[in-house]
Amino acid sequence: MSINKDLVAASSTPLVLAILGEGDSYGYAILQRVRELSGGELEWTDGMLYPVLHRLERSGLIESRWEKAETGRKRKYYGVTDAGREQLAEERRQWRTVDETLRKIWSSVAEFARSGMPVYLPQRS
Amino acid sequence: MDPKHPRDLVEDSLEMQIDAWRAHLRRSRAITAPDVEELEDHLRERIASLEDQGLSEDEAFLVAVKRIGAIDALTREFAREHSERLWKQLVLSGDAGYDGAEPVATYGSRTMWVALGLAVAAALAIKVPALFGIPFDPDQTLFYPINISFFTLPFIAAYFAWERPVPASSRAWVAAAFVLAAIVVNVFWAGTPADETADTLTLSILHLPLTLWLAVGVAYVGGHWRGSGRRMDFIRFTGELFIYFVLIALGGGVLIALTFALFQAIGLDLELFAQNWIVPCGVAGATVVAAWLVEAKQSVIENMAPVLARIFIPLFAVVLLAFVVTMAVTGRGIDVEREILILIDLLLVVVFGLLLYSISARDPLAPAGLFDWLQLTLVGTALLVDVLALWAIGSRISEFGFTPNRLAALGMNVVLLVNLAGSGFLLLRFLRGGRPFTRLWEWQMSYVYVLAAWAAVVAFLFPPLFGFE
Repeated sequence: MSINKDLVAASSTPLVLAILGEGDSYGYAILQRVRELSGGELEWTDGMLYPVLHRLERSGLIESRWEKAETGRKRKYYGVTDAGREQLAEERRQWRTVDETLRKIWSSVAEFARSGMPVYLPQRS
Repeated sequence: MDPKHPRDLVEDSLEMQIDAWRAHLRRSRAITAPDVEELEDHLRERIASLEDQGLSEDEAFLVAVKRIGAIDALTREFAREHSERLWKQLVLSGDAGYDGAEPVATYGSRTMWVALGLAVAAALAIKVPALFGIPFDPDQTLFYPINISFFTLPFIAAYFAWERPVPASSRAWVAAAFVLAAIVVNVFWAGTPADETADTLTLSILHLPLTLWLAVGVAYVGGHWRGSGRRMDFIRFTGELFIYFVLIALGGGVLIALTFALFQAIGLDLELFAQNWIVPCGVAGATVVAAWLVEAKQSVIENMAPVLARIFIPLFAVVLLAFVVTMAVTGRGIDVEREILILIDLLLVVVFGLLLYSISARDPLAPAGLFDWLQLTLVGTALLVDVLALWAIGSRISEFGFTPNRLAALGMNVVLLVNLAGSGFLLLRFLRGGRPFTRLWEWQMSYVYVLAAWAAVVAFLFPPLFGFE
């Protein structure tokens, strides 16, 4: 199963913010974490993560710093800011609403498919 | 899009492959050096992890590159996020260091402070004569118009003398030229009765900057005056300086107008302050700042003068052609007025400038094209108009008499006529005879001397020749 491009794009902000909420991280590790969390279902083209990170940094939701990695190379680490945490809470509310709404309709649809009885009848006005 | 053909990759070491990939990324302006570094770190991490899974070095590289994404897609994505990077910026911000683009005019750099210091010095210098009771009012005295070159040009020359290795002998020549010229014209000024309007002095005022500009040129090219390449750089510099100065002057005008209006709102009239301080200091300072900006931006931003020349050459060609055709069809002759010679001179100056800046940007090795024909049309019609005007004037010139003004205008006309005739001839030879385009280039470069020499004659010899009238 491959996830729709729009969905990947829409979920990138909360995902990145949430992962950085677990602790500061860098590009490659963030991608590994996404893969782990989604069981490999949510696949990003590696390079596309970076423009997203830069956008979030520019809007002040995350901040970056260069550090020496254990490999000896310079590595750019990102951490979430207070504004980012607020944004994350907001995203969470929105996604929960979307999720709950979809859940309800899924079960309703499943019910209809099983019994043939509509759970909901639109009122005529 | 892989950076190289896979077959070549096998023979290269991993480092070379990464280098090639990095070079590919760097080609886009949307991706900066730190971005490349970040992506490279990612690539290496991915390669290491793939190798751990048992892939060979080459396989790991190929897979990692593929996973990071096609370079053009990546570039597009970065460009969307960082659209401002697609506009070349003349970096004047403090944090330029990391960009890798080697900004020339970094804010706070030493060159900037020296340039600003010289601008302030020029602005102060123009107020020094006021200490000796010379008012800044062109109606009262011509002291400032005649000396304006000395309040601006030496500071520009000084900037170049500081900024680049100029041999001591060249420095001495430039300094001597300024000092001598200053002495001579101020003797003229002192020798002319203050209440008289002396035409020769006005001519001196108009022609002096042209001559002294050559001295700035010597400083600009660092004494390497021979070799037309550097001289061409100086021509380019001149055009850009003019454009920058005009832009700064426009901004300055807005600033002064708003300052005026604001203080008027609280009942204060700044007219005298503006006339005595803002305008003279602003002009002197702006010239130096403009010169520094042009130097700073030369590798960052496209030259503007050739772009304008390209836009206006076809338009002027059409207008002149229409003018000549109208004259021929209607049989109207040029109405000989006193100002006609000045008008024609201005026309020739514009055509000369258009041609000069157009060829300054032309690749001399490029084959002849439609645009070269357009240039030839422009030069040809300008010459035709000039000859027609001279013909019309020629019969009446004795009637008007040879005043210094008329002689200066006629001389400039002849100088420009010869230049354009030579240019037209060389253009034609290039277009029809396959002679190299560089001939035209060299012709224009040598003509710099002729122009400066004629200007010197008018500036220094006319006043004594015509008895300072």
